[in-house]
Amino acid sequence: MALSCSLNRYLLLMAQEHLEFRLPSPFWILSIPSEDIARNLMKRTVCAKSIFELWGHGKSPEELYNSLKNYPVEKMVPFLHSDSTYKIKIHTFNKTLTQEEKVKRIDALAFLPFEGKVNLKKPQHIFSILEDYGLDPNCIPENPHNIYFGRWIADGQRELIESYSVKKRHFIGNTSMDAGLSFIMANHGKVKENDIVFDPFVGTGGLLIASAHFGAYVYGTDIDYNTVHGLGKASRKNQKWRGPDENIRANLRQYGLEKYYLDVLVSDASKPSWRKGTYFDAIITDPPYGIRESTRRTGSQKEIPKGMEKCPESHVPVSLSYHLSDMFFDLLNFAAETLVLGGRLVYWLPVYTPEYTEEMVPWHPCLKLISNCEQKLSSHTSRRLITMEKVKKFENRDQYSHLLSDHFLPYQGHNSFREKYFSGVTKRIAKEEKSSQE
Amino acid sequence: MKLLTHNLLSSHVRGVGPRGFPLRLQATEVRISPVEFNPDFVARMIPKVEWAALLEAADTLHLVEVPKGPIEGYEHDEKFLRQMHHVLLEVDVLEGTLQCPESGRLFPISRGIPNMLLSDEETET
Repeated sequence: MALSCSLNRYLLLMAQEHLEFRLPSPFWILSIPSEDIARNLMKRTVCAKSIFELWGHGKSPEELYNSLKNYPVEKMVPFLHSDSTYKIKIHTFNKTLTQEEKVKRIDALAFLPFEGKVNLKKPQHIFSILEDYGLDPNCIPENPHNIYFGRWIADGQRELIESYSVKKRHFIGNTSMDAGLSFIMANHGKVKENDIVFDPFVGTGGLLIASAHFGAYVYGTDIDYNTVHGLGKASRKNQKWRGPDENIRANLRQYGLEKYYLDVLVSDASKPSWRKGTYFDAIITDPPYGIRESTRRTGSQKEIPKGMEKCPESHVPVSLSYHLSDMFFDLLNFAAETLVLGGRLVYWLPVYTPEYTEEMVPWHPCLKLISNCEQKLSSHTSRRLITMEKVKKFENRDQYSHLLSDHFLPYQGHNSFREKYFSGVTKRIAKEEKSSQE
Repeated sequence: MKLLTHNLLSSHVRGVGPRGFPLRLQATEVRISPVEFNPDFVARMIPKVEWAALLEAADTLHLVEVPKGPIEGYEHDEKFLRQMHHVLLEVDVLEGTLQCPESGRLFPISRGIPNMLLSDEETET
């Protein structure tokens, strides 16, 4: 079947958020084979506000009108015929226009063959003029850099950020993931209906919620007995104890997603209890960085250092500090062993920015690096959202190859991430920055 | 803890290796929690199931109507899938133990949550 000579072009409008994850402009022109695919894209994204079928664009009104005149009339006509209703909206970015200016711009499009009736309340078709005045609020140009005109197709899922907000969630922890980021992680993990998703550092289960929303069944483990059981001090300010129904299962129930809850276990991620095999379609997790939550691993009774609390009854004394580099290599090995082929590992890697190089990103022969997105935490630290895909079946000799790799030694430095975060080095940097601003 | 989960768990006590599976299940409190039937998900799980372990666990819990193995064309057999759905996802062990078949080590299940933690001496290196 021959391809049509012009692929349909769409304008994707991104939200002004997580700018470090993408190229600077919020306007993206995409070639998409069909409107269905464009709609499906919008059913998943929390980063994009809207998508439009692009009819014309230019750097000036004249260029825009020429572009519109070149757009095939037969593609316009189905949405403009006399039985239909429509309205035209105008969005300007980084500038405010008066009502008069807006009306002028809409009127200038009178040359388009609109035959339908205007309906401002419930139109069948919505058209939009989008004017891009750049990204610098301190330097707003007289004329826009770009003007676009298109037919509105669909909005993204940004309201999920509000409806799944951590502020409203029943059960939270110190480091519960922001709802928007948890959906981004689920998208990086390509989570889909009937997948099994696992979080080995599940905490209060925030990341599982996003996956369950997309129809995946979820497993979680955590080394902290109290967190998994929903016991002990609550992380919500002004709340004393976690209520009886505060746990991961209850969080899913809050959103009507309880049917996707498989199980959670108290378990040490460095010593997993799964039998040999590939079960997980995605592993999506935010491992502890050793700052707000401690990094721990089970250890022997003799090795308990001073000051570590002992856990009662069926808990096990935790003692050994878990070197960050070991933790990430354990995580990659675990993912390589238990992910299905094509399955994804999505996790945050904390980084001391002054020393960061790409070579530090942990590596594994079975996993291919898909993306690496930085989110700044402070002037000298950031975390990177790493996405990897399993491309090779795991064989026993794969589990130690990282020791031979160049990547192992550089990341060793990150064992002291915690120290660097708190150390005098960072305080000195902060002091220097402050004085340079004065 | 669901029986699907039990079917995927293994003991990681030092030295037991693959003989750590399956964990011997003992339950003092079991609850049947209805879960919405999703035939596609159940069908996806069938190839992952270790049947002998599942049958042993189902027997311990005195469950009836447990299929003895995957049948031909199971993906479209609603009766089979509903039975498997019930066994794998609706039987919840709230209190009990999981025992390593090789070392005898017990892992407690409380409030439906298994505790798999071991001390360093007990685990594999």
